Amino acid sequence: MLRSATASRNLFTTGVSKRIAPAVLRFYSSLPLSVPVTLPNGTTYEQPTGLFINNEFVLPKQKKTFEVVSPSTEEEITHVYEAREEDIDVAVDAASKAFASEWSTSDPLVRARALIKLADLVEANAETLAYIESLDNGKSLQCSRGDVALTAAYFRSCAGWSDKITGSLPETGSSHFNYTRREPIGVCGQVIPWNFPLLMAAWKIGPVLATGCTTILKTAESTPLSALYLATLIKESGVPAGVVNIVSGFGKIAGEAIATHQKIKKVAFTGSTATGRHIMRAAANSNLKKVTLELGGKSPNIVFNDADVKRTVQNLVLGILYNTGEVCCAGSRIYIQEGIYDEVLAEFKAAAENVKIGNPFDEDVFMGAQASYAQLSKILKYIEIGKNEGATLVTGGARHGEKGFFVKPTIFADVKEDMQIVKEEIFGPVVTISKFSTVDEVIDLANDSEYGLAAGVHTENINTAIEVSNRLQAGTVWVNTYNDFHPMVPFGGYGQSGIGREMGAEALDNYLQVKAVRVGLQKAT
Amino acid sequence: MSLPLEVDVTLPDGTKVQQPTGLFINNEFVKSKSGATLDSINPSTGEVNSAVYAAEEEDIDIAVAAARKSFKSWKKSTGVDRGNLLFKFADLLEKNKDLLAALEAWDSGKAKYTNAIFDVEEAIRVFRYYAGWADKIQGKLIQNDPKKLAYTIHEPIGVCGQIIPWNYPILMAVWKIAPAVAAGNTLVLKTSEITPLSLLHLGKLWVEAGFPAGVLNIVTGYGAVAGNALASHLDVDKIAFTGSTATGRLIQKAASSNLKAVTLECGGKSPLIVMPDADIEQAVKWAAIGIMTNQGQVCTSTSRIYAHEDIYDDFVKKFADHVLAEYKQGNVFGQDSVVGPQISKVHHDKIMSYIDIGKKEGAKVVIGGEKNEEGDLKNGYFIKPTIFSDCKPDMRIINEEIFGPVVAVSKFKTDEEVLEWANQTDYGLGASIFTKDIVRAHQFAADLEAGMVWINSSNDSDLHVPFGGVKMSGFGRELGEYGLTMYTQAKAVHVNMGTIL
Repeated sequence: MLRSATASRNLFTTGVSKRIAPAVLRFYSSLPLSVPVTLPNGTTYEQPTGLFINNEFVLPKQKKTFEVVSPSTEEEITHVYEAREEDIDVAVDAASKAFASEWSTSDPLVRARALIKLADLVEANAETLAYIESLDNGKSLQCSRGDVALTAAYFRSCAGWSDKITGSLPETGSSHFNYTRREPIGVCGQVIPWNFPLLMAAWKIGPVLATGCTTILKTAESTPLSALYLATLIKESGVPAGVVNIVSGFGKIAGEAIATHQKIKKVAFTGSTATGRHIMRAAANSNLKKVTLELGGKSPNIVFNDADVKRTVQNLVLGILYNTGEVCCAGSRIYIQEGIYDEVLAEFKAAAENVKIGNPFDEDVFMGAQASYAQLSKILKYIEIGKNEGATLVTGGARHGEKGFFVKPTIFADVKEDMQIVKEEIFGPVVTISKFSTVDEVIDLANDSEYGLAAGVHTENINTAIEVSNRLQAGTVWVNTYNDFHPMVPFGGYGQSGIGREMGAEALDNYLQVKAVRVGLQKAT
Repeated sequence: MSLPLEVDVTLPDGTKVQQPTGLFINNEFVKSKSGATLDSINPSTGEVNSAVYAAEEEDIDIAVAAARKSFKSWKKSTGVDRGNLLFKFADLLEKNKDLLAALEAWDSGKAKYTNAIFDVEEAIRVFRYYAGWADKIQGKLIQNDPKKLAYTIHEPIGVCGQIIPWNYPILMAVWKIAPAVAAGNTLVLKTSEITPLSLLHLGKLWVEAGFPAGVLNIVTGYGAVAGNALASHLDVDKIAFTGSTATGRLIQKAASSNLKAVTLECGGKSPLIVMPDADIEQAVKWAAIGIMTNQGQVCTSTSRIYAHEDIYDDFVKKFADHVLAEYKQGNVFGQDSVVGPQISKVHHDKIMSYIDIGKKEGAKVVIGGEKNEEGDLKNGYFIKPTIFSDCKPDMRIINEEIFGPVVAVSKFKTDEEVLEWANQTDYGLGASIFTKDIVRAHQFAADLEAGMVWINSSNDSDLHVPFGGVKMSGFGRELGEYGLTMYTQAKAVHVNMGTIL
């Protein structure tokens, strides 16, 4: 996730762009702090380009910019300013000042009001945000609209949390009075990925606002636009200056500065397991900041003989093709019980081939483009690996069209468990299918992964559903559904899929720390 | 000609209002079946503000049937949807804040700018708070037996009857409506026959917010008729009541008809203790809030003050000076009026009789002790803020709830003595202690028999913190997360995974 500039650089080496060399672009310095961008629906909006610090868009010290490319057309949308180490320092100062202000100690209703307003503003700007997201990330408008709705719903749910943070009162007898307070950790650093630019920002900012923390949020370099637009709404919602700071930048520079910063008390990261490991190390080496990670996955999606075929196939499609497979919890390993294998495979193939792929702005398109050239290349590389490993290509297996980073839905069958395409996260519309016979067998197969983010179970039998759900090593188990999120249901990983949970009551724990107060109630004798 | 379902009224500040007069059932205003009406009296003048329709037994049946029908679908609504509607309703209250405060001032004698407006603001906050709870109601998974999946569903109770008093018409209704609706219940709420007007406007806004018909039904009526019908109704699953202890007892008896769940928030005679180390200035100010707010018509009024002998004289003098200076009586629409009229003639007379009793019992009148006859006030039910000193433990004004701007101050010597006096009544709603001593403060907090203890404040209630009484002050808690639990019941579900017979 935190790749450097290679995404945009690759564009030029492949010759698909007519533009000048990126090195020159990175030093472009007279970019206005806001540029008009015309969306495919004909409307024009003002896209902020600066760093959002202290409720203002500002220029970075070095005034470098980088380009933002639309994955569905490979054309440049705009440039945005890049945050570097010295800019992170400025943002941290702003966040520290904001944390020391009344923000973290005033009536929580102040925070609730801001969150309610923010939810209302996201809804009022829903179409603009959805179009920005599709333009910048390449996902279909259908998917973007879903993200925007979840964003508003999550902010509203967090509004309700802000005045429901409670400590406890351990009773230890009349000699003492004890209580615990759950206090905000302080200045947080948050680094988010490019697959759900807006929604991942919401999952991070929501609990920050609810708990009274402050933050510096770094967006992914390939998808900075929607979060900058969100920044304008955050300001409008009445969040005080410095509470939320949003910067565009690269992982190796801005991300690194956040993870190693001495004044940041907590870092939350969503992205690849490799980068997550690096963040944790950086946190340990700097100031032992608290770490929560939401990382990769290779989630099993298990179909039992008694499953309802029609509903299951819908969930298999949703599991791997939703958001063009760029979902950390994608159901990328399908296990089908032998009695139903042929039928489900045939139906699944037909359904996958039937999915509308193409221009993300067409109302009936479900699958848009992959988010970047780098991601396109990585997916195509894994498809080649799969072929070379001897898996049977059931459908897809190639790029879709000539322009734009589109990949056809790709199904590999007859895979072996030690194949790279079964073990490694591809993060695209590529799924492997295996056959199994018993519950014990499929549990072993499903759990044989370094990851443990999610899993799917498809069965009509209540005991199978409960037993398999209990035995799966995963932070989320979906039964007869998939990729199905709710603000009140926690999300996060087992194993190398992460630490901590987002959403639900659990998300607050990531941003709070417990203080125990023990008061002696005895007079000197 | 029968009473129209909406009448034009003009408030004393010139505001013209269309006042609904019907029973609010199924999102519509309807006439009572018999055509019965009652008059709502302006406590500032003794004149009729408006007539409204009064519910009788058959109207309660209709309202309960509407709530029952609505419950079938409402209980299946999502918490998110309920929360969104409650948020929207809070926004509408906010938009109508000034009008609602004016109505409350007009119909229940609360000074608009120093009292009524705060009730409405608090009501808005309560709705937003429980809107936030609606999607956060969670059952538990009990992980005990590996051969079993055991879980609880926190279900709404069903059709709830709610009977509210006249001292905070909007706010007491909101304390009940917000958690009950957030949890997925449907309601028949009976307002006090003395103060029906403001809540009928809430019905209008309720429809505007988009709630389905039948979720909230608001009826006005007499306790002995409509209240009794609701409390004894066989199709009502829960009854919540705020009012006097005597009526609470009747409600509990009536509720035994079908063993409905009961929560009661009844009377009080809450003590306020001033220790010798207390900050006297602060104790004086809080003590005044504690008894003079809302004309003393507050169930948690700290109506018994116990001041330590070392500071007794000083406290009484400062307390009297402060009340005389700050608790001005006047037109409830005046900017600086604080203490309005008592709610009704009957209640006024009851308070005056207690003042007579206090005098006869030998308590000393420090200030007040009489009706306020100044200017226009003589037409209303105004009683001067009254402080009795030198009170003794067996006096009636020490043991009985007066529910007016009348406070009984006593002198104490020891901690043991004052604790015994504080706990001597049948009530147990609130209690205050003023001290800087951390040990004494927490020990008294533990030892006082009360549902709420304020350390260095009084009547400092907070919507996040549970409110309710022990002993004969009631059962159950309102506000906070506790308030929500009064409107859900846990269903335990056991899924047998492996116990084979």
